[in-house]
Amino acid sequence: MTGRSTSDSTGRRMRRDPQGGPPPRSGRSTTTGRTRSWRDSPLRRITPWLFLAAPLALLITFTYVPVASMISYSFTDWDGVSPERENVGFDNYVQIFTRPELFRVFFVSGYYLAASVVQIAVALYFAVVLSFDLRFRNLFKGILFFPYLINGVAIGFVFLYFFQDGGTLDAVLSWLGVATDHPWLGDPASANVSLAGVSVWRFTGLNFVLFLGAIQSIPGELYEAAELDGAGKWKQFRHIIAPSIKPVISLSVILAISGSLSVFEIPYIMTGGATGTQTFVIQTVKLAFQFNKTGLASAAAVVLLLIILLITWIQRRLVPDDKVDLV
Amino acid sequence: MGKKTTALSGALLTAVMLTVSACGGGGGGATGETAAAPADPKEVSGEIKVLTQRTDLVQNGALKQYAADFNKIYPKVKVSFDGITDYEGEVKIRMSAKSYGDVLFIPGAVAKNDYPKFFAPLGTTAELSSRYRFSDKTEVDGKVYGIAQFGTANGFVYNKALWRKAGVTAWPETPQEFLDGLKAVKAKTGATPYYTNFKDGWPLVQWTANNGSVGCDAQAGNKLAGPVSPWKEGSELRTIDGLLHDIVEQGLSEKDPTTTNWENSKSLLADGKIGAMMLGSWSITQMQGVAKDSGLNPADIGFMPFPVQKAGKFCAALVSDYQQAVSVHSKNKTAARAWIDWFTEKSGFAEKEGVVSAVKSAPMPATLKEFVDNDVTFFDRSEAKTAAVNDIDDAAEIGLNKQDYRQKLIDTARGAEKGSLEDFFADLNKRWDEAAKTVGS
Repeated sequence: MTGRSTSDSTGRRMRRDPQGGPPPRSGRSTTTGRTRSWRDSPLRRITPWLFLAAPLALLITFTYVPVASMISYSFTDWDGVSPERENVGFDNYVQIFTRPELFRVFFVSGYYLAASVVQIAVALYFAVVLSFDLRFRNLFKGILFFPYLINGVAIGFVFLYFFQDGGTLDAVLSWLGVATDHPWLGDPASANVSLAGVSVWRFTGLNFVLFLGAIQSIPGELYEAAELDGAGKWKQFRHIIAPSIKPVISLSVILAISGSLSVFEIPYIMTGGATGTQTFVIQTVKLAFQFNKTGLASAAAVVLLLIILLITWIQRRLVPDDKVDLV
Repeated sequence: MGKKTTALSGALLTAVMLTVSACGGGGGGATGETAAAPADPKEVSGEIKVLTQRTDLVQNGALKQYAADFNKIYPKVKVSFDGITDYEGEVKIRMSAKSYGDVLFIPGAVAKNDYPKFFAPLGTTAELSSRYRFSDKTEVDGKVYGIAQFGTANGFVYNKALWRKAGVTAWPETPQEFLDGLKAVKAKTGATPYYTNFKDGWPLVQWTANNGSVGCDAQAGNKLAGPVSPWKEGSELRTIDGLLHDIVEQGLSEKDPTTTNWENSKSLLADGKIGAMMLGSWSITQMQGVAKDSGLNPADIGFMPFPVQKAGKFCAALVSDYQQAVSVHSKNKTAARAWIDWFTEKSGFAEKEGVVSAVKSAPMPATLKEFVDNDVTFFDRSEAKTAAVNDIDDAAEIGLNKQDYRQKLIDTARGAEKGSLEDFFADLNKRWDEAAKTVGS
């Protein structure tokens, strides 16, 4: 795996072909000769595949095979246990699309979608601010990124205490002189806003790091030149930073949309989907594991996958990923 | 060279044999072979693995102690335990392979007609029904596939001292009297009269077990098999869920149900900060334990039946807990059966946990002494049609034994969810009846 690329080697092989016969095999030939013999050996051709074998085996075993079996379950009425399952064709899909209540849960995703707008804005703001020279820059970076490193289940539990009656939030508010008796997870609107808030808290760090990385790859001369031309910070952001990190922003938007459609961990742990906080994935899990409708749940999962693919496709069509050219 | 090959194939063969035996499948059980009790305890041998959801008993060594006691009678059987936190979810998946232990509890997800494919029959109905409670729950074609671990009676666990302070000493006889009692507790003591455990959810499921106690009807469970509108006016489930609704609607439950905590609720009840909780009789010993640990009086923990009387008497339906079964793939079915028999009859587990033994002739546990003293009518709720009821329940996506619909009921009662109680019950009835028609056809 040296710097020489594959296209280079094919070129060489073509040149050698007319000679026919095996490549020189004699002991201490020139370096090129040795490379040639190595290049030609079948072992070399399979080497990249050998390297790929482990990850591919893992990928196929743990991603593609399960997805394939999920798709096959979605055409059956399997209850998840019984050794027998009957093929029911598209019945499960018909059921999903003829039961509006199964889709109503997508309204909950609206809260998370709104939250992810806030999340991207906040992350972008901090990434820009912290990309300039600032005191305690690294400390702030650490603070912002830290929540993303915590396990989702732990976050769920922490915030359960945070939101409970007389919990951290109420305590902090009472220090500020705001006496509130509001059960934060008590009604659908407030519960969904609270949960979406937790999700913002958790994922801002990830967006922040993505943005920061992109911003830091912008050459410093551009800022200097802009400053000489009299551009302020806002103009620098508007004309240098924003265009150059556009691909990362569009990636974040795709992640945000697919993320808000498939929220699971935080609401599942904190409310279990009660009080109007049920999301599509929670509903799917309940279909599969509470009501033993593995077939229907698999179909729901496939539908969610298709919806996300569709939205991503539409978004890519609307905002094509054109090359960023600053110079 | 030749020698090497032999050695190699020998090793391979051993490996294969090991794998086969490790799978626990290998030619072990032909379907239909009865897991019969051994004739001579000294003779039966083999290793058995017992799956259990009681991870606490695995960790604190209590189950190991039971195994040691078991070995005094059956010296050649080696018992090991596999504690599983998410029992239902995990065992369900393991059952699609062959490795699900020798003795296990029958997960709720397994359809009754599939029992013969997964479990070894334990005997005929005639043999077992005279000896054990609830044997009809696992009967398929005249053969029984499980023996209940124990049974429980449901009721309200309450803090006697607190209720006495509120001036209520006699058990309420109607739902209205119960509500009045809770009101008195709230007004006179300032405690939370009733605690729903909404967040943890499963305690809400306990309410369902009162089906039967309300109407003093052993067939109450079976009667749900069909398009019978279970929440119609005057039905048992309506009385049960109506009471829960009224408790919450009248502000007699905890202020913020969404952040409740089960572990915490035990000490709150023992400490007189909570008036009552709907639970099975199994919970009494746990509450008493907490009271003892925190220096409070365990005798303050009381248990009252569901506040409905039939002909001047309270009723308590005994409902089956998990049923113990022998895996059809077990290679030591006799040993496995020996364990089940011993655990059910001789281990003293039911007595220690304060639950009703599955053995018909066994006396009621000490925890239910008050019920016995006050002449509460006990009866075993028939489980003959439980499988059919579960099928309807799953098809309707209601979940009589899941928390979701009761969480929605509570949300409706406290106004977090739109709609009236009538609409809520009407919707449940409609879904149930429609599902019953499709499942039945």
